[in-house]
Amino acid sequence: MTTLAWKNLFHDKVRLSVTLIGIVFALVLIVVQFGLFLGFLETSSNVVKQSGADLWISAPKIPHVNGGAPIPEKKRYKAMTIDGVEKVERYVLNFVNWKLPSGAQEAVQITGFDLNSSMGGPWNIVQGSVDALRGEDTVIIDELYKEKLGVEKIGDSVEIMGRRARVVGFTSGIRSFTTSPYVYTSFKNAQNYTGLNEDQAFFLLVKLIPGANPETVKSELEKVLTGVEVLTNEEMWRKTQGYWVFSTGAGITTLMGAVLGLLVGIVVVAQTIYSATVDHIREFGTLKAMGARNGYIYRIIIEQAVISATLGYVVAIVIGWFVARSSENGNALILLPPEMAIGTLGLAILMCIFASILSIRKATSIDPALVFKG
Amino acid sequence: MEALISIRNVSKIYGIGSSAVHAVRDITLDVLGGEVLLMCGPSGSGKTTLLSIMGAILQASSGSVKLLGQEIVGIRESKLPDIRLNNIGFIFQGFNLFPALTALENVEVALTLKGFSKKESRSQAMELLEQVGMLDRRKHHPADLSGGQKQRVAIARALAGDPRIILADEPTAALDSVSGRMVMEVLSTLARDRGRAVVVVTHDARVMSYGTRMVHISDGLLEETEMEKGMNA
Repeated sequence: MTTLAWKNLFHDKVRLSVTLIGIVFALVLIVVQFGLFLGFLETSSNVVKQSGADLWISAPKIPHVNGGAPIPEKKRYKAMTIDGVEKVERYVLNFVNWKLPSGAQEAVQITGFDLNSSMGGPWNIVQGSVDALRGEDTVIIDELYKEKLGVEKIGDSVEIMGRRARVVGFTSGIRSFTTSPYVYTSFKNAQNYTGLNEDQAFFLLVKLIPGANPETVKSELEKVLTGVEVLTNEEMWRKTQGYWVFSTGAGITTLMGAVLGLLVGIVVVAQTIYSATVDHIREFGTLKAMGARNGYIYRIIIEQAVISATLGYVVAIVIGWFVARSSENGNALILLPPEMAIGTLGLAILMCIFASILSIRKATSIDPALVFKG
Repeated sequence: MEALISIRNVSKIYGIGSSAVHAVRDITLDVLGGEVLLMCGPSGSGKTTLLSIMGAILQASSGSVKLLGQEIVGIRESKLPDIRLNNIGFIFQGFNLFPALTALENVEVALTLKGFSKKESRSQAMELLEQVGMLDRRKHHPADLSGGQKQRVAIARALAGDPRIILADEPTAALDSVSGRMVMEVLSTLARDRGRAVVVVTHDARVMSYGTRMVHISDGLLEETEMEKGMNA
């Protein structure tokens, strides 16, 4: 049976190519659309996920991490008295203007963190170091935004909110979901760029001692701190993701694209597999006339579908991987995590089997007397 | 010789009411082991319908059809494939070989379907191809064979598992006279030497001499025709 399924597929190489092109097209569409959606999810919440904080203390009811408001720094000292808290650090994340060499202004998000802390800093530094931020008016930006921000190399001088700043490092892959890139600097510099008072911060990042329960500490903090909101790291990134991806409609559009990709994929695969089965309908009729049961025909069609799905998947995942790699240096991030790569294989097989159900109905409902019609 | 196919008062009606078409009307017929029964008649006369009923491919609307003594009219639809698989070999006008498979693999498929192991299927397929003189072409695909060669491979496939009934639908229609003769010789040898019941639907005057008996079907009705001495069997 394997021989018949395999040989039926490979005998007509043009037909096989058409089938595989259909499957590859469908899978690449799905991988890219879902990869784009995952990229949106990741980009919208990356600063929170990478912050290293266990809890976030913010102004009450902020819609997302990029929409914080100043809170009194003294809350920090109260927070440090709670059992389970290892340290509490100040953090700034706020929109400011960056002056381009042309004189035009570009909005950026100043991200100020305590240089001695392990929380809130940049990651993937490819040039320079966090220590270089100890100098006054120094910043680190992502290399993706060099052109956008008019920066070429380390040492370039720029202007932020009328203050001079010097680029001392570059990161790789820290994208902003908005059009405003993240600009890392020390907490002190960030206070200056944002005009924040000495005794204010936008957030307080809390690190717990190992083994402490974030939910327990959160409720203790809520008891002693007033006029602020306490969120676990997961709550903060989910809130941020929810806002940017779902409330703005940007993510919904991408998700719709992914779902449409899936539907188009199923239709394309169903059509190609159905058409391949119809091409062999006389052979299935012959098998039925010879005494083959419907189960035998099902297995041939499903085997053909699984072989086609697997071959199409291999090609599609290689293309998807290249697309994802090339997106690393582009504006829109496309992610292809291993779970998605494996899931896509399962999806491809399911899609092809689903598509073959239509073909199976066609093949098993044929009149075996068809074989006598010369 | 016993009747391997026994048909009593069989009718087949397609459709219902005023649109009903009587494809076969009240036919009674026995086909014995060892005979080559030729079924003739104009197109649309009901020959192929009757052949399909004999082959357990179509269910008769009424009457009785016994294959090797087993009644198949009214039997559950799901039982029919096994009856075809174990008792009947089919030969088609258009050969109906699997184009993706070699001659050997085409015969092997039928044997695998009947439950033979891969090894048994291979050795029996080789023997069957040898019987029809196609062993040297076993690695050829149907596209690389002539019409006569294709039909001989199809006969080898029909003989897989040694069925006692062979049903052939216009087996020589697409063949030249030499190939047609060769095919009919194989079929009449099967009937004569191995006691198989062979039913051949044909329009081809060239094959008449190979039949042991001939029936004529017209408008679904059967008329038996005496064969003249010319039969070859």
